[in-house]
Amino acid sequence: MSATLVANVVISGVLTGLLYGLMALGLSVIFGVVRVVNFAHGEMMTIAMYAAVLLFGAFRLDPILAALPVAALFFAIGYALQAGLINPFITRPEHSQFILLVAVATILTNVMLMVFGPDARSVQTDYQLDSWAIGQIIVDKARVYAALCALATTAGLFAFFRFSRTGTAIRACADNHLGARIVGLDVKHLYALTFGLGAACVAIAGCMMTLLVEVAPSLGPSYTLLGFVIVIVGGLGSMPGALLGGVLIGVSEALAGLFIDPSAKSMISFALLIVVLLFRPQGLLGRTT
Amino acid sequence: MSPRARVPLLLAALAAALLALPHVAGSYVLSVATLALYFAFTGQAWNVMMGFAGQLSLGHSLYVGLGAYAAAALFVKFGIGPWAGIWLAMAVCVAAGAAIGLLAFRFGISGVYFALLTIAFAEFTRIGFDHIGWLGGPGGLFLKVGQRTSIDLANLRGTPTMFYYVMLALTAGAFALCAWLLRSRAGYYWQAIREDEDAARALGINTFRWKLLAVTISAAMTSFAGVFFAFYYNNLFPEQIFHISQSIEIILGPIVGGVGSLFGPILGAVLLTTLADSLNNLMSAMGWDVPGIKQVFYGVILLLVVMFLPNGIWPPLAKRLGLERKA
Amino acid sequence: MTQPKRISRRQFNAAVAGLGAASALAPFGIARAAGKLKVGVLLPRSSYEALIGQSCQLGADLAPAVLKSMLGVDIELMNADTESNVNTARTRAERLIQEGAHVLVGAFDSGQTAAIAQVAEQRGVPLVVNIAAAPQITEQGYKFVFRNFPTAGELVKNGLSLIGDLFQATHVAPRKAVYMHVNDTFGQAMTRGINALLPRLTQLPFKIVDTIGYDPAAKDLSVEVSKAKAANADFLLLVSRLNDSIVLRREMVKQRWHPMGLISPGSPGLYEEQFSKSTGKYAEYCIVNPPWYNPKAELTGVVEAAFQKRNPKEKFVYHGLNVGYTFEAIMIAADAFKRAGSTDPKALADAIRATDIQKRVMLGGPIKFNPKGQVDGNQSACVEILRGRPRVVLPEYAAEAKPVFPWPEYKGA
Repeated sequence: MSATLVANVVISGVLTGLLYGLMALGLSVIFGVVRVVNFAHGEMMTIAMYAAVLLFGAFRLDPILAALPVAALFFAIGYALQAGLINPFITRPEHSQFILLVAVATILTNVMLMVFGPDARSVQTDYQLDSWAIGQIIVDKARVYAALCALATTAGLFAFFRFSRTGTAIRACADNHLGARIVGLDVKHLYALTFGLGAACVAIAGCMMTLLVEVAPSLGPSYTLLGFVIVIVGGLGSMPGALLGGVLIGVSEALAGLFIDPSAKSMISFALLIVVLLFRPQGLLGRTT
Repeated sequence: MSPRARVPLLLAALAAALLALPHVAGSYVLSVATLALYFAFTGQAWNVMMGFAGQLSLGHSLYVGLGAYAAAALFVKFGIGPWAGIWLAMAVCVAAGAAIGLLAFRFGISGVYFALLTIAFAEFTRIGFDHIGWLGGPGGLFLKVGQRTSIDLANLRGTPTMFYYVMLALTAGAFALCAWLLRSRAGYYWQAIREDEDAARALGINTFRWKLLAVTISAAMTSFAGVFFAFYYNNLFPEQIFHISQSIEIILGPIVGGVGSLFGPILGAVLLTTLADSLNNLMSAMGWDVPGIKQVFYGVILLLVVMFLPNGIWPPLAKRLGLERKA
Repeated sequence: MTQPKRISRRQFNAAVAGLGAASALAPFGIARAAGKLKVGVLLPRSSYEALIGQSCQLGADLAPAVLKSMLGVDIELMNADTESNVNTARTRAERLIQEGAHVLVGAFDSGQTAAIAQVAEQRGVPLVVNIAAAPQITEQGYKFVFRNFPTAGELVKNGLSLIGDLFQATHVAPRKAVYMHVNDTFGQAMTRGINALLPRLTQLPFKIVDTIGYDPAAKDLSVEVSKAKAANADFLLLVSRLNDSIVLRREMVKQRWHPMGLISPGSPGLYEEQFSKSTGKYAEYCIVNPPWYNPKAELTGVVEAAFQKRNPKEKFVYHGLNVGYTFEAIMIAADAFKRAGSTDPKALADAIRATDIQKRVMLGGPIKFNPKGQVDGNQSACVEILRGRPRVVLPEYAAEAKPVFPWPEYKGA
């Protein structure tokens, strides 16, 4: 097992992990603030991927550029979804929320199947299969772009929540729902805003993901699960936590695949989830409430 | 007629109808009925954990799978029939449930976190079983299908009618067990824990012990479903039996029917199973041969039920039938 | 084997009357013409296996017209979606039988097929399996289950020996192979077969230097490919599905790994349209040895023409395997119906058991069922993607082009 091999694998794990983190970012924001378990998360990302593929097919629009309009669209959809459908469920028991979103996920998946058919689709950009060679280390171009995007989005979101008034208001809602209402914040609007932001993050992640993966209607559930694992490990409501969780999962899966058995590498994520849930349920960077 | 008198009468009528079903219905209806009872049973088992003790398990396929593989392995490898195999199945499931419960409750995990923990265990086990070559791995474990015209109850080999009655007996047993549990001390403690765990603890209830009991009873009951599955379908694949979609199917019935109620899981399972199949028949009758359309309808109906009947279908129905009694 | 006795007119009329009475009781009953064979087609047309299920369905849809002109029989299809789910498969099979299906065809997935097989056996309705590789399906001693598809063991044997033929035809003898396989039911069966057979096939010049299994749901295979590349093998032996084969091929390019070639002993993925579409020029020269259709057979021409007419936007070469085997399954049912002269399931089953069809779409010997209900002698072809599409390169009598191996961009060790 040469050092080059390990280095290649770790770097790849970090880059992939950052993209996973971006995917989980939206989930963390939604779950951390609105406290809704979004089991349709993976399906939302799948739709975003289809949007990117369609835009590419129609206008040859690079997915990185497509991320902006798709994110804007998803922001609107997320806002509407929260305000219209999900809001009454915030106070309902978890199993009700769960079924609501499972129903939404089922509808989305099968509508996608009906509209797009079962064929997998992808984008074909020129740089998709390029890589940079730094000595013996080979770095995948598309993954680097996706990772950079993840970092940029996280930074932007972090700045929004830390420095803007709306962001602060949203954080107030998350910390103390009742207090926020007493102070006069329009909680319903802020929740919808948050859901919209979360959806926009998912949309960006989806656009980036099309550079690496084919899109098919049944892609959703595995990403939902992965998203939850990362969010729990990294810490609820913590944006850097989502990235960190993603990187941790990415690297540990990569190393497990290298040293143990690649087909069992997902077991590592779940083992990690169990360990974190038991010993540090707030996650690595989360705060204890 | 007072509710007290109505209940046994209605139950008797229902029992008579269910017992007579194989003699009036064709093989197709029988297969749907068996499936409905299967989900009624597993839903009832899940309900013990959720409806009674308030612990949301989204990984119940774990117990179905463990029970199925335990009994199937004994049968395929050692020729030991299911009536003995069920003991191993129960033991394995109780151990798994106790392990999860111990870990979770010792560390104070609850709510969504507990649910995610159950998912993690189920997924972990699914991938794990994919690597157990001795049990067939991803290629699956196949049980030898014997003669299907004669009934060999000892080895659960026989006609679909036999399987229907076995499932009916299991469901009736689960119903009776849950009814008894609800009225027992466990039932009262569980209700207290469900309403307000801290208050219950303050009252001196050992919440840890009672929650653990709920988990293990639920797991043990579900193991029966696993054994049934193994001998009814005669093939087991980790990808299918431990899959999260199985866990989701199990909980749809109780949630739609009414979590925490006695009859809710049964009603919900029956309604959903017949709905799913009726939608299929409707689609093909109308010539809408588009893959996926049935699931869209199914999802929409699920959505509507969950939006407008937050406690499930059974509570308002029970009220309407005049069966309501003080909680 | 003697021909099945032709049933008397009285028996035939009684059977029709019986069927008529039975149909009157069925909720969706319609009047049944005695001369029509009702074929229940069970395929996964939604959920995870939708792509292949829908591809098989194309084969079923074109069958009635072709078989009418070929054999003069009337076939009515009854389609059902198993939803890639064993519960649904079972109830749908029961439903089809209740609605009067005389014969069932399906179901691609081994688990679902096994469930349907039990129903078929229980109800005494013949099932002709179009595609499913698990050997157990024809090992249960069933009298009503028939399969016209190679078992996993046969697939491996045919696939490996074709690799030997390939090396002989191209005068290359690579010494080392790295074996990557998807860890699902198919991959595992193939791996077992390869491990058992490879040491015994001494005419194959290569040894497997490393085996790497991967999760079928994995979206990122960079670790696996890194490992494979580090094994320093001559070529890649691959058992995969569609999505992972695309990810793998792309990853190979990204990691600048250019072995002598990529050969699959016979698994889905490489010959499917999406693979060529997604990997573009990198699909070129990939080799797979699946059970395949005979491009030079007369019946293939007929089926292909019917296919293109119904599906002008699809290319037959990408659906040939699924369409061909599904068509043949229905053809077996139709042929049996013609010989039996009745829709009585028992008579049909007996007739199917006596099948001997020489004119085929798929490669291999005549369609004849052994006592277990299995057709021996289905063969595979060595298919290589050349000039943008899969072409048969071996066996020679069915070849459309000459094999190319190693890859032109291979620069040697």
